[in-house]
Amino acid sequence: MRTSPYIGLHIVIAILALLPFVLPNSFYLDLAIRMAINAVIVLGLNLLIGFAGQISLGHAGFLGIGAYASAVLPTHFNLHPLLAMGVGAALAGLLAALVARPIFRLKGNYLAMATLGLGIILNIALRNEAAWTGGPDGMPVPALGLAGFELSGDRQWYWVVAALLAVSVWASLNLIDSPFGRALRALHGSEVAARVVGVDVARYKLAIFVMSAVFASLMGSVTAHYIGFVTPGVADFFHSIELVTMVVIGGMASVYGSLIGAVLLTALPQALATFEGWETVVFGAILMLSMIFLPRGLVPTLAARFGRGA
Amino acid sequence: MPLLEVSALSIHFGGVKAVQDVSFNIDAGVVYAVIGPNGAGKTTLFNLITGVYRPTHGDIRLDGETIAGRSPEALARRGVARTFQNLQVCMNMSALENVMVGAHLRLDRNLLKAALRFPALTRRDAELREEAAELMRFVGLIDYLSARADAMPYGALKRLEIARALAMRPRLLFLDEPAAGLNPSETLEVDALVRRIADSGVTVVLVEHDMKMVMNLSDRILVLDYGRKLAEGSAAEVRRNPDVIAAYLGAHA
Repeated sequence: MRTSPYIGLHIVIAILALLPFVLPNSFYLDLAIRMAINAVIVLGLNLLIGFAGQISLGHAGFLGIGAYASAVLPTHFNLHPLLAMGVGAALAGLLAALVARPIFRLKGNYLAMATLGLGIILNIALRNEAAWTGGPDGMPVPALGLAGFELSGDRQWYWVVAALLAVSVWASLNLIDSPFGRALRALHGSEVAARVVGVDVARYKLAIFVMSAVFASLMGSVTAHYIGFVTPGVADFFHSIELVTMVVIGGMASVYGSLIGAVLLTALPQALATFEGWETVVFGAILMLSMIFLPRGLVPTLAARFGRGA
Repeated sequence: MPLLEVSALSIHFGGVKAVQDVSFNIDAGVVYAVIGPNGAGKTTLFNLITGVYRPTHGDIRLDGETIAGRSPEALARRGVARTFQNLQVCMNMSALENVMVGAHLRLDRNLLKAALRFPALTRRDAELREEAAELMRFVGLIDYLSARADAMPYGALKRLEIARALAMRPRLLFLDEPAAGLNPSETLEVDALVRRIADSGVTVVLVEHDMKMVMNLSDRILVLDYGRKLAEGSAAEVRRNPDVIAAYLGAHA
């Protein structure tokens, strides 16, 4: 019968709880934090790409909206950082809805093209509006705090991000195995079959796209506060591609695949740093090989081999 | 009043008149068959009535209300279900989940409640799981309760589509060639299944090439040829109709 997908959640929580005690130094703690942040973003993106079958090539644009909302609004308008985060998320959601609404009325997957354009526009806007954003040099981001307490130090950040990740995994698992999630997967499997049982296909695609954009924006804000500085690079096309690659390598429509993809591809550039100048080439080769030998992604391929559902 | 009234229905694809000026009524509780040679417009007719295509001319009424040009999801809300000639099973899901999707409109589809795992939702899902398993038993798929859809044979997938349609608790069920590609014993099982569905009070409309099954099951039969209505009547009437015999045997006499 069904093996519960929640078993994996307990393992994830156990790893997250033990990790800071076994990591040798702050370099690794920093890496773990960035892995966890990417994992949350990739979870949201995988709901869109893997489960609903819609591709966004401009997701870094939404990250950029969140990151810059957290930088610009408190600096120039004296807004509380948490409020700024909320404004950024609302903005990202609104923009996603505006762009996607007309697209989802059409047949076929035009979302990839539209999001590609959107991401590029956002990136250019961030580079050019130097008076607000600091242009290509970027700008500092004020600390994140609430009622006199200020989030600082890698330890504190680690626990915040780890908690966010655990909740995201839990929520994603819940969503997939719900009426909403089944409708989402059904429209991916057969759009016409979903429609004849009453699924309002355009509305469901829109809902999941907006949700993943909001997720990305919130995590963009978190990243900005954690690093304390933003540059337009956060919103550029290559970052979008990197995020899609994490989804694909880990495994489409696999919650735990999202985590593995994020962890591996966040670590990979570090591991390749010794290749000095050639790391992009090695990165590309690894991606190509995994596409040839593991087209379904790591976790679904391994799960199939060992006869378990992912 | 008939359950479904189709009047002067036509659709043109460019210069091709796939369905032309077809009218008929279907009373509640009957098994109604649509037959005709390949390319006669049977599946197109189904696509028109179930909202996949929008008619060029004519009207379709369900319980007296015009439904022509309504979307499939709007028709689903009015109790219209269907299966497909070329299978439309969600291969990315389990067999049971495919059936559960059929109950979509009867469930709480809230995103936030789902993400936060509201107890009411999980309780309803557990009930639905039982219900879907019961439906799979009803259509004869008891062996596939824990199967993935993409691991099932063709004949089983045909019946899985029927189970999904039944999960909608439809008033009107369209079956597009439920016995196509099945062996004789499987065909007999589908024959008995359609009978059981009709006995449970669902009005069944069926496109089928297996004449033995059609003649055996149907209360009324509509014969299409080149997109036009050739004949309509009981099995005995249609069997004797010279136009029908000519169309099927290709006699030019």
